[in-house]
Amino acid sequence: MSKISIKIDGISIDIEEGQTILEAAKLAGIKIPSLCYHEDLRVAGNCRVCLVELKGARNLVASCAMPANDGMEVSTNTHRVREARKHVIELLLSEHNADCTKCYKNGKCELQNLASEYIVGEHMFLDLVPDKHYSIDRYNPAIVKDDSRCIRCQRCVRTCEQLQSVSALGVAYKGAAMKVSTFYENELFEVVCTNCGQCVNRCPTGALVEKTYIDEVWDALYDPNKHVVVQTAPAVRVALGEELGFGPGQRVTGKMVTALKRIGFDSILDTDFTADLTIMEEGTELLRRLKRAIVDKDPNVSLPMFTSCSPGWIKFIEHTFPEYLDNLSTCKSPQQMFGALVKTYYAQKRNIDPANIVSVSIMPCTAKKFEADRPEMRSSGYKDVDYVLTTRELATMIKQTGIDFLTLADSSYDSIMGKSTGAAVIFGATGGVMEAALRTAYEIVTGREVPFDALNITPVRGIEGMREASIKIENTLPAWGFLEGVELKTAVAHGLANAKLLMENIHAGAKSYHFVEIMACPGGCLGGGGQPIPTNADIRKKRAEAIYDEDMNMPLRKSHENPEISIIYEEFLGEPLGTKSHELLHTHYKERLRY
Amino acid sequence: MNEKTLKRVDIIFTPEKNYNEVLERTFRRPNSDILNDILDSGLRGRGGAGFPTGMKWKYTADQESENKYVICNADEGEPGTFKDRQILTQVPYKVFSGMAICAKIVGAKEGYIYLRGEYKYLQAEIEEELNIFHQTLDKLKFHFRIYLRMGSGAYICGEESALFESMEGKRGEPRNKPPYPTVSGFRGQPTVINNVETLVYAMMICDMGPEQFKELGSKDSRGSKVFSVSGDTPIAGIYELELGMHLENFVEDFGDGDTKAVQVGGASGFCVPRKKFSDTIIGFEGVPTGGSMKLFNSSRSMYHVLQNYLEFFEEESCGQCTPCRVGCQQLLKGIEAVKKGKKNSAYLDRLIRLATTMKYASKCGLGQSVGNSFVSIVTNFREEMIY
Repeated sequence: MSKISIKIDGISIDIEEGQTILEAAKLAGIKIPSLCYHEDLRVAGNCRVCLVELKGARNLVASCAMPANDGMEVSTNTHRVREARKHVIELLLSEHNADCTKCYKNGKCELQNLASEYIVGEHMFLDLVPDKHYSIDRYNPAIVKDDSRCIRCQRCVRTCEQLQSVSALGVAYKGAAMKVSTFYENELFEVVCTNCGQCVNRCPTGALVEKTYIDEVWDALYDPNKHVVVQTAPAVRVALGEELGFGPGQRVTGKMVTALKRIGFDSILDTDFTADLTIMEEGTELLRRLKRAIVDKDPNVSLPMFTSCSPGWIKFIEHTFPEYLDNLSTCKSPQQMFGALVKTYYAQKRNIDPANIVSVSIMPCTAKKFEADRPEMRSSGYKDVDYVLTTRELATMIKQTGIDFLTLADSSYDSIMGKSTGAAVIFGATGGVMEAALRTAYEIVTGREVPFDALNITPVRGIEGMREASIKIENTLPAWGFLEGVELKTAVAHGLANAKLLMENIHAGAKSYHFVEIMACPGGCLGGGGQPIPTNADIRKKRAEAIYDEDMNMPLRKSHENPEISIIYEEFLGEPLGTKSHELLHTHYKERLRY
Repeated sequence: MNEKTLKRVDIIFTPEKNYNEVLERTFRRPNSDILNDILDSGLRGRGGAGFPTGMKWKYTADQESENKYVICNADEGEPGTFKDRQILTQVPYKVFSGMAICAKIVGAKEGYIYLRGEYKYLQAEIEEELNIFHQTLDKLKFHFRIYLRMGSGAYICGEESALFESMEGKRGEPRNKPPYPTVSGFRGQPTVINNVETLVYAMMICDMGPEQFKELGSKDSRGSKVFSVSGDTPIAGIYELELGMHLENFVEDFGDGDTKAVQVGGASGFCVPRKKFSDTIIGFEGVPTGGSMKLFNSSRSMYHVLQNYLEFFEEESCGQCTPCRVGCQQLLKGIEAVKKGKKNSAYLDRLIRLATTMKYASKCGLGQSVGNSFVSIVTNFREEMIY
């Protein structure tokens, strides 16, 4: 990469060749407004808000799409630019249901911000909305799609295709009728959508939002007959702060627990507890599958085994690779294990009628809302998880409560089901489940800790879309002699586009593994669809650092060392993969159509 | 009054029986010689935009790539344009030959004809002719194949980058430029894309030499051009005429004696009112056209003409970029509101400013040219818009 020099508004700036005018302007400290542009996506250049004047060009150019050339002279502030920007914003508003106070994104909308910056008062053009017959899709438990709020920037379409290889969302029709739609204009719940919410995370307006359950949760909290239990997922604690005044990568675990107490939850518990439990169940399941394959030579055993924590990934494989459903671990996700235990084990121990328990989970995820609604997820005899809120919704509740989050003191989780280890925390990052599983499985088999410095299995960490690692198993304990000398081959993928590539490699026979971790969202749960907006590569990196930091600071860092885990097996579950476990902690999957 | 009558030209539709001889002669010449002839002739693209053909070929030839493509844009979708259909029906081998010569110069092995969806009835015939043409190429030991691709009826797919998207099986939406097709076109490879007529002229320049071509036309608009003449004229049809003509002469020859306006270049072109006939030149130095010349007499309402164009654009915009998608709706609804008295006449000035923004803010040629007809009709026939 060679350096080039360009001039923006009279300011000379040296940049790398290949950078766009928009990127160069950012470096020069000049803000050019944009809407369709997103760091994670390929450039579209369709909103035309970022137009600038380029010396020598007849027309204005979209700065997001125009590569900077040496010697270019750009003006971002001419009469033509100003008029064009204002026209574009006015045009978008004329097609847009600008009833902002009724919008879920009120105050957090990129179009609203621009309208306020450019002082759009009396509308310049005709209101086109009454003739549009826009529709709202409310039939999905996770995502609401409101076409009247859509500005057709196609961030969602590009997200669904480029990051997720799902393409549930696409563009339909042309001209005035052009819209973002689905296969045959079906509702989202009828199509291949995985509910991952990556589109929700990137939508600049209120066209794609999570379905919110805040009011239902408030109702439960104020109901004196209800015992409301909340669980918080690993990735929430490293991102929640972004919504409440902290910078990215700030761990706010203790403050979050205090805030939840102040909001009025009866018991603040940790999904990390069932993350540890997942490792016990899933690790045991993996070792059993390996035994069946190696010792029993059972041709029906399905390897590699895939992780099953990510509900976006589950729905993806059900649609796209249904022939591999037997390869999925039968373990429920930590959220659903938790829900099933809250209304059985917890209810017994606390002597509460499970009918009066309301179980709420705070997740970095929108797909978890769909997962909680799956008909299989009622093994306690009740809906195991009643309401799922995203990180963003929790932040809204905290704001509604009037809490000054920045100055809040720390608190600890309640017990039982509140204790966890560092192995559970790293579930929030891509590669984390793999690392946690290896820390435990290796030790079960060999009696020794995994041979990595400070338990940090760095080969499975990182941001590459697909990663591989293998561990040679040597000097096993007598019971695991059949694994002596076996090279345990693992792979990790995050973002469904990468997952699809990995699956195609496996399907083509180009790759073979024993154990594969897949997370639907880029970066894993820390980059989930329910996380604070914006989420981008830089922010994901900071959240990941915070997660590994939290792991290093935990006194216990291996799931099997969690004392509450030992207790629950002694008192309630019996043993991993035992009868009770099967009843409460494991599930099955179903094939779905491919559109 | 200018006494000169229009010069009718006969280059495009001359018999094509000797096309293989032209190819044989041309294939024997060095690429640089042929390219120099095309450059020297001053031939510019006949689709409407008028980019110098020789430069386009040269830029593509200069690119290093295993796979390059020559594409014939036969999506002829501009309202009032119907000459490519006639060329492909009457002299298809000239079109193919133009593609083959281009392929030789740029180093392409594959060519494509992207045919307008409504011309599907031509498909079988063209495919048959392509088979014969391929045999001719084999005899000449020139390795090149042309394939036919059908459009599906979207106007936007005549825009070159949307056409590539369509050919790649995607939604027909224009791409960002740069990169230009000569660098990254079909399948991301260096691509020459030319209008049907341009390819025929290129072939004919190889046949007759650049001098004869250069003698026709004006300094900025060399040669002749095929026009599709329609509207209020007793002799509607297809005519090959010298470029650089005065519109006044054209109206004398083709008008019905009561011509009040001529729409030059179709819906995306310019409307010239009677008072400007005498100082309007048809060509790149004046008003350019992809071929459509539509005459209107005094019985026509220019409001309805404009409304018709805007209805067309409102539907045929691909919808991806804001100025074009929403701008077209606003212009259409805007003139309707003025006509109905719901907006006062000053609103037309606001719409003219919007049309001007669309011209320099839209992503592709479609949105950029909506303002041509809008501004020219509203400015010249303002009363008709209001009363």
